[in-house]
Parts: sequence; structure tokens; C-alpha cells
Amino acid sequence: MIVERTFSAVGVSCFAAMKPSLDLRRTIDAIYRAESGRILATLVRWLGGDLELAEEAMHEAFAAALETWPDTGIPQKPRPWLLSTGRFKAIDVLRRRGRSKAGQNDLIFALEAPVDEEPRVDDGEMEDDRVRLVFICCHPALPPEAQVALTLREVCGLTTEEIAQAFLVTTATLAQRIVRAKAVIRAKSIPYQVPASHELPARLGAVLHVVYLVFNAGYSGHTKAATLSVEAIRLGRVLFDLLPEPEVMGLLGLMLLQESRRAARCTLEGEMILIDDQDRSLWNRDQITEGIALTENALRSRRFGAYTLQAAIAAVHAESASPAATDWHQIVLLYDRLLAIQPSPVVELNRAVAVAIHEGPERGLALVEALLAKGELVGYHLAHAARADLCRRLDRLDEARASYETALSLARQEPERRFLLRRLDEMKK
Amino acid sequence: MKYICLGYYDPASQAAWTEEQQNAMFDECTAYDDHLRATGHYAGGEGLKPSENALTLYWQNGQVATTDGPYVETKEQLGGLLILEARDMNHAIALMSQHPSVKFGSRWEVRPTHDMSEMVKASEERRRIRGAH
Repeated sequence: MIVERTFSAVGVSCFAAMKPSLDLRRTIDAIYRAESGRILATLVRWLGGDLELAEEAMHEAFAAALETWPDTGIPQKPRPWLLSTGRFKAIDVLRRRGRSKAGQNDLIFALEAPVDEEPRVDDGEMEDDRVRLVFICCHPALPPEAQVALTLREVCGLTTEEIAQAFLVTTATLAQRIVRAKAVIRAKSIPYQVPASHELPARLGAVLHVVYLVFNAGYSGHTKAATLSVEAIRLGRVLFDLLPEPEVMGLLGLMLLQESRRAARCTLEGEMILIDDQDRSLWNRDQITEGIALTENALRSRRFGAYTLQAAIAAVHAESASPAATDWHQIVLLYDRLLAIQPSPVVELNRAVAVAIHEGPERGLALVEALLAKGELVGYHLAHAARADLCRRLDRLDEARASYETALSLARQEPERRFLLRRLDEMKK
Repeated sequence: MKYICLGYYDPASQAAWTEEQQNAMFDECTAYDDHLRATGHYAGGEGLKPSENALTLYWQNGQVATTDGPYVETKEQLGGLLILEARDMNHAIALMSQHPSVKFGSRWEVRPTHDMSEMVKASEERRRIRGAH
């Protein structure tokens, strides 16, 4: 039979190497998301701090998985398999690159030193490696945007495309940020190590700042970015495991408390709902419970900072069954403490809004106008929106309208613009 | 994800090479292509004949018109293309950064492909409906 003969001739080569199924690809993608940060972190240490070499070795290890797992099945413990394969691939990469780099022979020798089938890397060591990776990605020599991009890609395993989409830039722009960041790390020979204890507070501050930037990028109305908030919380948990410092707890608490309101923050059409108008039954109670516990722990330590205080403010809202039940006096006091350690015009503005609710709109308006007069918030749409709102409550409608117009001219996010337009519309009636 | 890599080179700069130099470059490049294949990153590729062999066609005055040569006349010509399978753009960049031709003067444009499968499905559906009438 023609069909059988055709198959028998082709059959051997056809069935010997099975192509990876879509299921397997998805599984490997999921493993990449969950494990690549850990695997990369340890490979970087084994490769003397060479981030690019480690990444190449890791990609080859995952490529090897895609090729061999259809035949062998997925290993019980993918992580040691990938690490060990990564180690061997690194040797291949070094050999392929030839003799051009000094110290390479030493590195090959070290990598080839006899290891067990499964390299003994205990969980504690791997966690230390992850800290090193986070710190190198958030190094002060790199511009903040690059720190964010690098952290999301190297630590969280997001693709260039995913990160670009979330930040509304082209893939090429984001790719360049990462290429340049890696070049800086290489050129400055930035060491792969946890900062010395006298540097740690400042360096940790930079890491927390990056995490919060990532979280805020996901907080906007843009739906594709929502995943960033999830990544930020995940990263916050990793950091908390590695460094249970009060401010790390505070930041994680803050993010959980803010995230707890996500379901109540927008209508189905994507319109903003202010906290006073939100359906509090939609707030995520688990996140609130966890967020409050972390915040209280951080406050008890007495070594807390700005994130913890912001978390405490969010906790006051989270514990209030209704807007009327909110302890605004407590919030004002918390803002006072926040300003004492982190003076900023935006925090002053937020305090002014809290004062307005607690002591009345005239008091609040006076503070907002004083701030605007100083000049720093003149380009900030929320300052004008706050002024507009307070004027509206005081029946100073012309001033309210003018401020809403100014806010509108400065606002960039679509949901906020629509909100301001609605307010202006309401005032025409 | 798929990336199309377009390799440009300056024929004038390679004109003076000896056969030995040409072979050396070619050997390095084909070895790297083999490596890309072995690691599952090579999804296709072709070397191109020099640009004087190309022809460009387009619509003009209600009919198809043609000109000799490539669409864009440049000093650097398109010499080949490579279809790369990579995890993401930065991975594609890392892979192409190590292509031996780069240090010999080639430039590679790395362009992400557009997954048009949804658009194609929609088009098939429209054509099916039209065909049914």
C-alpha cells in the first residue's frame, strides 16, 4: 500500500523526535515565569557576576527543556534540572566564545568541577542569590526607568513585549533600556553582591521605590498594566521573605491595602469611582486582613518609614465600614507624621484634603491655595481638582469650574479626564 | 516569538577580501547558523543574490509598473534574512549580537513579527460568507 510504504520510509525520523506540544510550551512558559528569576540569580553567581552570560546559559537550558522533555517527560523537580543544565550550557557558551576573555579558563575549570547530578544549592543560598539579583537590577548607577525594566524582566520573568505594553512604549524603546542597562552593569563592573550593611538602608530604599513604581504603573485604568500590580506584590513578598525589614512590611501592606479596592475602583466601562462612592462589600477582605497585620507589625517595630505610614493611612480607610465612619482625625495625624519624615508637596496636598474633610472645606481650601501659591503643584492636575472640589462644596462655582478646566488641561489618563468632564457637565445644570 | 532579521552589508567593503578571508567569515556564520538551529532558534533564513538581481513592482497609472533593482537604492544592501525564534525582543537582540557577521561590518535590523492569526481568521470568515452568496 502506497500510504504504508510512504509512512515506513519517513516513519523513523518522523516519530523519533517528538515536537513539543502546545501544552508543554505553556507549561514551560509557566515554569519560566515562576522560576527564571531564581535560576538566573544562581547562575549569575556561578558565572562570576556575568549577567549576560548567565542569561544566555539560562535560555539555552530552557531551549533544551523544550527539546528533551517531550521524550523524557517533565522532571519531578524542574528547578535543579534547569540549573544543572544551565551550568553545562554555560561551559558550552564559554568554549564557543573562544579564548578572547581573560579568566575564562579558570571559570570553565570551576564550572566543570565534579558536581552531583543535582547541584546542591539549598533554598537559603538560592534566596541570597535572588537578593543579589534584585540589588543589581536596582543599582543607583542605572536610571530609574531602567531599574524598573530590568527588575521586571530579570527578576519577574516578564518579556520585553509585556513590559513595553504595560508602560505604553514601543518594544524597541524598552529593549534599548535593557540593552543599555546591561552595558552599564558590564562597563562599571557592578558587583553581584548584597550591599554592605552601611549601604543597605539606602540601597533597599531604591529597591522598594522600584517595586512601588511597578505597583503604581499597574494601578492606572489601563487594563493590560493590571498584571504589574500583581507582579509588584509578588516581588514584595519575595523581598519580605528575604529581608523582613519594617519598611518592606510597610510597602507590602500598602500595596495589599490599595489592591484590595481594585474591584470597587472602576465601573465595568472603566469609569473611576472615588473611595467615598465605592461599594465596600467589593473590597478584598483577605488582602485587607493581611495588609493591616503587616502594617501593625511594621508600626510596632518603631523603625518604620514612609511606606508604613502610607499603609497606616490606607488601613484607616480599609477598617471603616463607610465613608462617614472614617477616622479623619487619625488620617490627618498620620499625614503629619509622614510629612515629618518625608516632606513633599503631594503629601501636603493629600493632608490638605484630609483636613478639609475633618475640619471643613474652608480650612482645606486655604491650605490648597497656599500650596498652589508656592508653585510646586501648579502643573499637577490633582491639585487643581482638589481646589475645584473644595470650591464646589463652598458654592464658589465659577472658581470651581475654572479649576476643573485647569485640571482637565493637565490630566493625561483617560478615566481621570472623563471624570473631570463629568464634574464640569454636572455644574452646567 | 518570531523575529525577522534583515542583514545589510556594504559590498564595496568586502570587495578587496581574499578568498581565505571570505571563507573565514562564511565558516563562522554558518557555524553560528548551525548553533541557532541546534538550540531551536532558527526558524528559517535565506541568503540573497546581490541587489542588481532584484526587481520592484508597483501600481501606477492604472497598471502594474516595474523597475530594475531593489525598492531602496542604498550603499548597504540587504544580503540575507533570518527568521529567529526567541523568548522576547531582548533575547533576539542577544542572539543577533553574537552573529559573527556583525563584527565583519554587517548591520542587522531585528523586527518583531505581527501575529495576524486573528485578522486572518476574520478575513477567512468574511470570504467564506461572501463565497456563500
